[in-house]
Amino acid sequence: MEITTKKFKSCDMVVVKGRVDSSTAPQLTEALEGITGDGRFKIVLDMSALEYMSSAGFRALLSGQRVCKRYNRGEIVLAVVPERVKEALELAGFTELFKTFDDAVEAVGHF
Amino acid sequence: MRKSTFDANFHNLDEIREFVAETARQAGFSDKEIYSIQLAADEASTNIIEHAYAGIENGKIEIDCSIEGDELKIVMRDNGKSFDPSSVPEPNVKADLSERKIGGLGMYLMRKLMDEVTYESLPKTGNVLTLIKRKGGAG
Repeated sequence: MEITTKKFKSCDMVVVKGRVDSSTAPQLTEALEGITGDGRFKIVLDMSALEYMSSAGFRALLSGQRVCKRYNRGEIVLAVVPERVKEALELAGFTELFKTFDDAVEAVGHF
Repeated sequence: MRKSTFDANFHNLDEIREFVAETARQAGFSDKEIYSIQLAADEASTNIIEHAYAGIENGKIEIDCSIEGDELKIVMRDNGKSFDPSSVPEPNVKADLSERKIGGLGMYLMRKLMDEVTYESLPKTGNVLTLIKRKGGAG
């Protein structure tokens, strides 16, 4: 798994590449905490190059979303969610907790 | 039947997923079914590493994969602590963000993704988790 982050005026983008499981999810948590620790709570997670995500990744997203949404100060939104990942997120009822966008630019425009 | 033993370590999840996927691929399961099988095997292994082998070093997970007709059977054995699957409450997947609990999600996904999930714990054989997936079945 590989994570890169980009800072925009209105939000931050986290691009996650490869596979997120119990072994790699801590890196995703770390990336999200790095941003929220800076007092920035509007985050686009670009999943276009994501191949796989287990519930360990869902857990990282859930705790990140809790921090971001506190005091209505922001949120994490998901962009370009691959079909298989989307199906698993739906099974877990996670699609209700995150706005999703078909396009990363559109997701940035949301903020 | 293909058999392999893995060290109970999160770093081996990639290899475990590839091991079950290879059997499923050879048996002609669809890409969607293969993803489900990989995810279920990952969640099962994660539970073993996190819970069965909590505080125990050098644990092993033995995995058998076999095909019978349209059915893929994955048997995972460990010698860690046993648990009662019925004691794991089903997560409320409709709860609000603040109420949402992540515990039990792995087991929940396994049951949704596979056609059959059975678990038994015997003093002689240790813990045995059996996952069955049929072509064109659930998930």
